[in-house]
Amino acid sequence: MYKKLTLAVLTALSTMALADINVGVSLSATGPAASLGIPEKNTIALLPTTIGGQKVNYIVLDDATDPTAATKNIKKLIGENKVDVVIGSTTTPNSLAMMDVAVDNETPLISMAGSAIVVEPMDAKRQWVFKTAQNDAHMATALVQHMTDKNVQTVAFIGFADAYGEGWFKEFAKIAEARKLKVVASERFQRNDTSVTGQILKIMAAKPDAVLVGGAGTPAALPQKALKEKGYKGLIYQTHGVANNDFLRVGGKDVEGAFLPVGPMVVAAQLPNDNPVKKSAMEYVAKYEAVHGKGSVSSFGGHAWDAGVLLQSAIPLALKKAQPGTKEFRKALRDALENSKNLAGAHGIFNTSANDHQGFDQRARVMVTIENNAWKLIK
Amino acid sequence: MDLQILLLLGQDGITNGAIYALLALALVLVFTVTRIIFIPQGEFVAYGALTLASLQAGKVPGTVWLLLVLGCLVALLDGIALVREGRYRKLPPLLIANIGVPLLCAAGLFAIPPTELPLWIQVVVSMLLVVPLGPMIYRVAYQPLAGASVLVLLIVSVAVHVAMIGLGLLFFGAEGSRTPAFTDLSFELAGAPLQGQTILVVVASAVLIIGLYFFFERTIYGKALRATAMNRTGARLMGIPPILAGKLCFTLAAAIGVFSGILIAPITTIYYDSGFLIGLKGFVGAIIGGLASYPIAALGAILVGLLESYSSFYASAFKEVIVFTLIIPVLLWRSLTSTHVEEEEE
Repeated sequence: MYKKLTLAVLTALSTMALADINVGVSLSATGPAASLGIPEKNTIALLPTTIGGQKVNYIVLDDATDPTAATKNIKKLIGENKVDVVIGSTTTPNSLAMMDVAVDNETPLISMAGSAIVVEPMDAKRQWVFKTAQNDAHMATALVQHMTDKNVQTVAFIGFADAYGEGWFKEFAKIAEARKLKVVASERFQRNDTSVTGQILKIMAAKPDAVLVGGAGTPAALPQKALKEKGYKGLIYQTHGVANNDFLRVGGKDVEGAFLPVGPMVVAAQLPNDNPVKKSAMEYVAKYEAVHGKGSVSSFGGHAWDAGVLLQSAIPLALKKAQPGTKEFRKALRDALENSKNLAGAHGIFNTSANDHQGFDQRARVMVTIENNAWKLIK
Repeated sequence: MDLQILLLLGQDGITNGAIYALLALALVLVFTVTRIIFIPQGEFVAYGALTLASLQAGKVPGTVWLLLVLGCLVALLDGIALVREGRYRKLPPLLIANIGVPLLCAAGLFAIPPTELPLWIQVVVSMLLVVPLGPMIYRVAYQPLAGASVLVLLIVSVAVHVAMIGLGLLFFGAEGSRTPAFTDLSFELAGAPLQGQTILVVVASAVLIIGLYFFFERTIYGKALRATAMNRTGARLMGIPPILAGKLCFTLAAAIGVFSGILIAPITTIYYDSGFLIGLKGFVGAIIGGLASYPIAALGAILVGLLESYSSFYASAFKEVIVFTLIIPVLLWRSLTSTHVEEEEE
């Protein structure tokens, strides 16, 4: 009897010692942000299944670009799947919705969303939240820099009539003003609008040296097409939200010559060899294209890959302190995520700290232009 | 604002308005004949445009599968009824129309790479693939409920709309498509550039509207539809089967939707869910016409297009608000001027 009991206890202990690490993932594989979420989902499948000698399980859920569904997902992941860390979500509103649940359950959350608001300002809540996508402000400074280098004096803005466009306008206008760039027009359009003629005519009446399109994905091609059609001759800028192949397909020759800031991963092969990001970016690109075909890689999958990079560096450290599946492990994981030093991801070099849960610097962005229907690095 | 901007905005408004007008006509047609508020009208626009785009990208459009599945379903439903009534001789034509033709279309698509076909044949193939969905959807979703109240039919419409959006995402993916322009012509009109494609939209819409006018005035089927619209029971007594009228008007509505989609596909990017908003603007036009008058609905739709265009210039952030607020004064005016009839008490 005693023997049996000891055996049972021992078996229970040994299974505990070998408990897998569970990684919950909630992303927007359907809905308006699907073009971002699908490559992210594909990338999760490429992440290593053993880290630090432990088996890692990825539980992937779709939130349909809906904050309510995202909240439901993270509750399910933490409550039912007992995950140690959550990756998600694709968009800013969804990430913000998930944040509260992550904090209540003391589970680290790695977001792939763009807005700085996910990790700033640092407070008790954001202690648990990390982020792998470059901040919009980060990208906006690169844009303004390029504009001032090109001697642009006046600039017009046309963006989505939602949080994305509004956020970009605020960031951009703030930085532009500081650099003595004059914003002469600010227009809005809907993602599913069939025509932006009115907005474009108003912009052209203001005669700006450059136009910035604050849109993401294929809808952002429409204003540029309208500008070309109406004979606009100035410079046209896009945001990094358009950096996928569908944008090139839909935009065709109308988007030639557009300038935009992107993560270095998008043009990994064109980076100079001494670029510190090149090696890790090329590794991801090679892995992704081996499965999904040449030219299939997009900027957004890189954010999911970088979440994996952060985990691969943090999990071995956390394993030294506690067992997976425990509160202590999640705390140790959070502490380890906060101390990444010179960690090379696909999109840049992570140097996280207690105050900076994003951790990228200038090396996390490059300016590119569209030439012959492909992204070309501006040296 | 100078004259050139005024002209350009007007031109843009009329182009969009022409499409809304076609959809408004289809909505009025379906409502008057069957009392169905046809919310999925816009989906036919998206399906038409995206099917054509798939063909041009050399892919077999997902609508083929929908056509085959719906065709089999219709054949099954009607086949059971025919067998029960012992009308075996009607079976072969039923099977040929609902299963044979879609199968032939699918086989053709797999046999001949669609990219090698000239543009007009691609357009015809897209029409052949999507238009039959109209009467099939009527048969499957609406015909069993033909006598139900307007509210029940509206609820069914919402269900069909949601189902079609979901299928659209499955068939065409989340990213939009654009087709190459039918014409690269460009003119100068009073100092404002005018695209050939724009003229094509307006002319094609006008031709279609005139065609519809002759259809209703001169052909026996058109007259049958008008009779059903005026008085369903009376038309039935005169030997016009309501099922035929329903299928016919759904075929027409689907054809109009697909045609509109193919017309605007080169002008703008169409997404799997673009149709709803386009359809809704057509619906505002149809409401201005009280869901009864064709000319007022068409004019209302043009007004919606113009309003949209000018408001996008003056207050782009509030464009949709302005367009959809238009419906409130119209409804107010309608409810004050027209006598109210309780439909349920008929």
